[in-house]
Amino acid sequence: MTSTDLIVAARRALWEPGEIVEHDVTGLLGRLSATDIDTGELFFQLARHEGWVLEDGTVKSGAYSVDRGVGVRAVSGEKTGFAYADDIALPALRDATEAARSIARTGYGKSTSVLTGAGALPRYADVDPLASASEDEKVALLRRIDAYARSLDPRVGEVVVRVALDWETNLVVATDGTMSGDVRPLARFDVMVLAEQGGRRERGLSGGGGRFDAGWLFNTDAAEGYAREAVRMALVNLDAVDAPAGSMPVVLGPGWPGVLLHEAVGHGLEGDFNRKGTSAFAGRMGETVASELCTVIDDGTLADRRGSLSVDDEGTPGECTVLIEHGVLVGYMQDKHNARLMGTRSTGNGRRQSYAYLPMPRMTNTFLCAGSSEPDEIIASVDKGVYAVSFGGGQVDITSGKFVFSATEAYLIEGGRIGPPIRGATLIGNGPEVMQRVSMVGNDFQLDTGVGICGKDGQTVPVGVGQPSLKIDEITVGGTRA
Amino acid sequence: MNTLPSDATGALNPEELAASLKDLAARILDEARHQGATGAEVAAGDSTGLVVAVRRGELETVEFTNDRGFGITVYMGARKGNASTTDAGPDAIRETVRAALNIAKYTEEDSCNGLAEASLMARELPDLDLHHPWDVDVSSATERALEAEAAGLAFDHRIVNTEGARVATGRGCHVYGNSHGFLEAGWGTRHSTSCALIAADDNGMKPEDWYTVSRDPADLEDPVEVGREAARRAVGRLGCRPVETGSYPVLFAPPVAAGLISHLLSAIGGRALYRRESYLVDSLHRQVAADGITLREEPHRPKGLASAAYDGDGVATRAKSFIEKGVVASYILDSYSGRRLGMTTTGNAGGYFNLDVVADVRPVAELMREMDTGLLVTSLMGQGVNLVTGDYSRGAGGVWIAGGEPSHPVDEVTIAANLDDVFKGIVACGDDIDRRGNIRSGSLLVREMTVAN
Repeated sequence: MTSTDLIVAARRALWEPGEIVEHDVTGLLGRLSATDIDTGELFFQLARHEGWVLEDGTVKSGAYSVDRGVGVRAVSGEKTGFAYADDIALPALRDATEAARSIARTGYGKSTSVLTGAGALPRYADVDPLASASEDEKVALLRRIDAYARSLDPRVGEVVVRVALDWETNLVVATDGTMSGDVRPLARFDVMVLAEQGGRRERGLSGGGGRFDAGWLFNTDAAEGYAREAVRMALVNLDAVDAPAGSMPVVLGPGWPGVLLHEAVGHGLEGDFNRKGTSAFAGRMGETVASELCTVIDDGTLADRRGSLSVDDEGTPGECTVLIEHGVLVGYMQDKHNARLMGTRSTGNGRRQSYAYLPMPRMTNTFLCAGSSEPDEIIASVDKGVYAVSFGGGQVDITSGKFVFSATEAYLIEGGRIGPPIRGATLIGNGPEVMQRVSMVGNDFQLDTGVGICGKDGQTVPVGVGQPSLKIDEITVGGTRA
Repeated sequence: MNTLPSDATGALNPEELAASLKDLAARILDEARHQGATGAEVAAGDSTGLVVAVRRGELETVEFTNDRGFGITVYMGARKGNASTTDAGPDAIRETVRAALNIAKYTEEDSCNGLAEASLMARELPDLDLHHPWDVDVSSATERALEAEAAGLAFDHRIVNTEGARVATGRGCHVYGNSHGFLEAGWGTRHSTSCALIAADDNGMKPEDWYTVSRDPADLEDPVEVGREAARRAVGRLGCRPVETGSYPVLFAPPVAAGLISHLLSAIGGRALYRRESYLVDSLHRQVAADGITLREEPHRPKGLASAAYDGDGVATRAKSFIEKGVVASYILDSYSGRRLGMTTTGNAGGYFNLDVVADVRPVAELMREMDTGLLVTSLMGQGVNLVTGDYSRGAGGVWIAGGEPSHPVDEVTIAANLDDVFKGIVACGDDIDRRGNIRSGSLLVREMTVAN
C-alpha cells in the first residue's frame, strides 16, 4: 500500500460511518486557523483489540474492545489547547474544536494550506491480526502451548498463556497542510510459567510479537520457543542464590537488556525535556556523554518491529535518528511542537497513547550498535561481578539521570566464568556516568523479541529495544548479600 | 481568557445523566438476554474534566477531558466473555454484546464463573458524600496553578527550574448493573493541585513534586503550601553523599510506606493466591506481619477517595480488617476468586476501598532515635518486587540518619530484603499519617534491610 492508499483506507474507516466529508474537516481546520494559533490538528482514530488468556489449563476468558474518537489540538506559542470526543460525528467535532481553540485569541485569520499526503513508506503490512486466525485456532494455540510447557518438566506448576491482537487506523489532518493515514497491526504472545520444587516457587516469562498478523504463531514453532524459554528461566531461578550487594562490574546479555539504554539515555534525549532544560542531557549536544564504544540509534523504520511507525501520530514519516555517535551526543528525538520551539524539525517521534491524549516525543526502537568483542571474552574479563540476561523493567528520573532496572535472570561471574544464578536484583546508576563506564561492547547484536511497553506521563506506547552484550565497569547491584 | 464549552465542567444535570446511563445499562442487559446470555453484568461511565498546566509563570496546556463508554460481561452457563466500547449507539450495543457472546462461545466452562450471589447485592446505599463539583473556570484554575509554582520558585534560590504546576478537576457518573436486577448509579468528583520543581547545585539537578487531592475543593491544601512543599523536598535532596553498603534499619516515609503496604495487600489478593503467584499462599490466620500492625478497610468513609457502597460485582462493601495484629484475618476476594479458593467474596471486586494502617503511633523523631543509624527512604524507583518469592530490591533515595538525627541526603542506593522479613520486622509506626491516598499510613520503621551503594 502507498501512503495515498493508506489515507483513502483511513478516511473510509474513520469518516464514512459518521458521514464526515473533507469539506467538513477543512471547515474545522478553518475554525482553528481563525485564531492566533501556530498550528492546529485533528487526529482521528479507530482501534480494535482482542485478547485471550489461558490459565489453570483452560481458556477462561477473552476480551474484545473498540475505541473510536478524535483529538483536537490547537498550539499557540508554548500554549496548547486540547479536547477530544469519542464520537466521530460533526456536532462532537465542532465542540472539541471550539474547546481546543479557546486557548488562543480569535480574529486573526490565516488561510489553511492545501491538504497533502505525507509520502511515507509503509514499514509494515496492511493486515488485521484479529482476523488472521479463527477463534477455534486461537483457543487451540493456547491449549497447545499450555500442554507443551507442562510436558517440558514435572516441576512446571501454573502456566499462563496470553495472546493480544490489535489493529488500529488513524488519520491526521493539520493546519500546516498535513494529511496522513496509517493502518497499524500489532500482535503479542506471552507465556508465564511457575515452577515449584521443595516448597519454593519461581517464575519464568517469555514472549514475542511485532507489527504483523498472528501467522507466525500458527505457521512456525515460535510459540513453542517462548514456552521453552519461560520454563528454562523458571527452572534456573529455582536454584538462584542471594544476590550480592554493592558496586561491581556487570555484563549485560544481548537483546532485551537494551532496556538499559532506553532508561539510561533514551528518555533523557526526548525533545520536551531538553527544551525545558529538565534533562540531565540538556545543553550537552556535541559533548561526550558515553564511552566511545557507544553508538545509540532510535529507528522507527525497521520492518515489522513493535516500535516501528510508517508515520508517527502527527503525520511525520518514521525516521532513523542517531542519538549518540561513538560517545558524542548528536541528536534528540522530536515531535512537531518541541521541534518548532527549538528551531529544528520533527524526527518522526511524535506519539500518543490514543486520541484522548496529547502527542509528545517518544522512542520507537532504540538500540546500541554492535561492537567487536566476543561475548566469551567479555565474561572472561570479569573476576567478580554479575551477568544479567533478562530484566523485568526499568525507570528513570530524567532530571538527575538516575535510573534503575530489575534483573529477572542473572548469574554471578566468578574468576571469568559464569557461576550460579542469583535472585532478582535491581541495578541502579546515573545514566551519563554509567554510559561512560561501558568498557566492552560485543559483536552479538540482537533486537528484543517484541514485548516492550513504555510509559511516560501516564501514556503507554509499544517500543522496541536492542543491544549486543556489553560490560559496565561499575554499577550498584541491589542484592541482599552485603 | 475564554470560557469553557458548555459541557466541559458539568452543565450536565447529575440526575439526568445518571438516569440516562442507567437506561443505557438496562438496554445493554436486555440486549444480552435477547441474544441468549444466561447472565450478564455491565459497567458504564461518563466523566468530564478540566486540566490546566502552567510552567514558568505562563499557561502551558488546557485539556478538556470527556470519557464515556461501557463494558459488558456475558455468561453462557459457566462460560464467560467480555467486550467494551466507547460507542453507545444502538448498533454498537448490538455489536458489542455479540462480540462478548462470541468470546463466551470459545472459552471453556469454569464452574467459578458467574455473578455474585443475589443475596449479597448491596441493598441500602449509604450517602458517601463524594460529589462536590468545583465551579472553577480556566482562568481561576490557571491563577491557582501559577500561585503554587510562584511560591515554590520563590522558596529558595537553589530552585532553578520547574516542570510546572497543574490544577485538575473532574466529575463522573458510574453505573453498574447485572441480571439479578441490580442497577445503581453513583456520582463522584476529584480535584487536585500539584507542583514539580527542580533544585540544583554543583553536583546536578534534583526534581521533586507535591500534590493535594480531594473529593471536595474546600478540602484542598493551599496552593502556596503545595509549591513550598515541592520546593522544600527538592532542596532537601541536594548535597547527597555515598553511604557504606551494609545492613541497616530503614524508615519508610508515609508516601512510600503506603506503597510498601500495597505489596502486602497484593500478596493476600484473590487473584495472586489462586494462581499461586504469592509468597503468602495458604496464609489465612497466619502471622505475616509484626503484631503491632492492623490493616483495616473503611469503604464508607465520607468523602473518601476510594469510598464505595458496593464493589465491582454489586456486592455490598463493609468495614473489616485484612490483617489483625499481624495475622491474616481475611483475604481480599471478589466472587470469582472466592469460589476458586472455596471461600466467599469479601466485597472487594476492583480492590480495597480506603485502607488504614492502624498501630500505636509515635513521633517520627522518636523513631529516628530508636533506629540510631540507618536510612530514611523518601522515594523509591523501579519494579523490583517479586510477589511469588517475596524478593524485594528497589532503587531508593532519602536521608541518612546518624546518632538518631538526620545527617545528609542519600541517592542512587538500593534497599533489598524478603518481604516476609520486612513486614514481620516493622518495629514502629509514626504519627505522620498521609491521608491523601487509598492507603493511609504513617512512617514505618523496618528493623533491617540491605542498603547497597
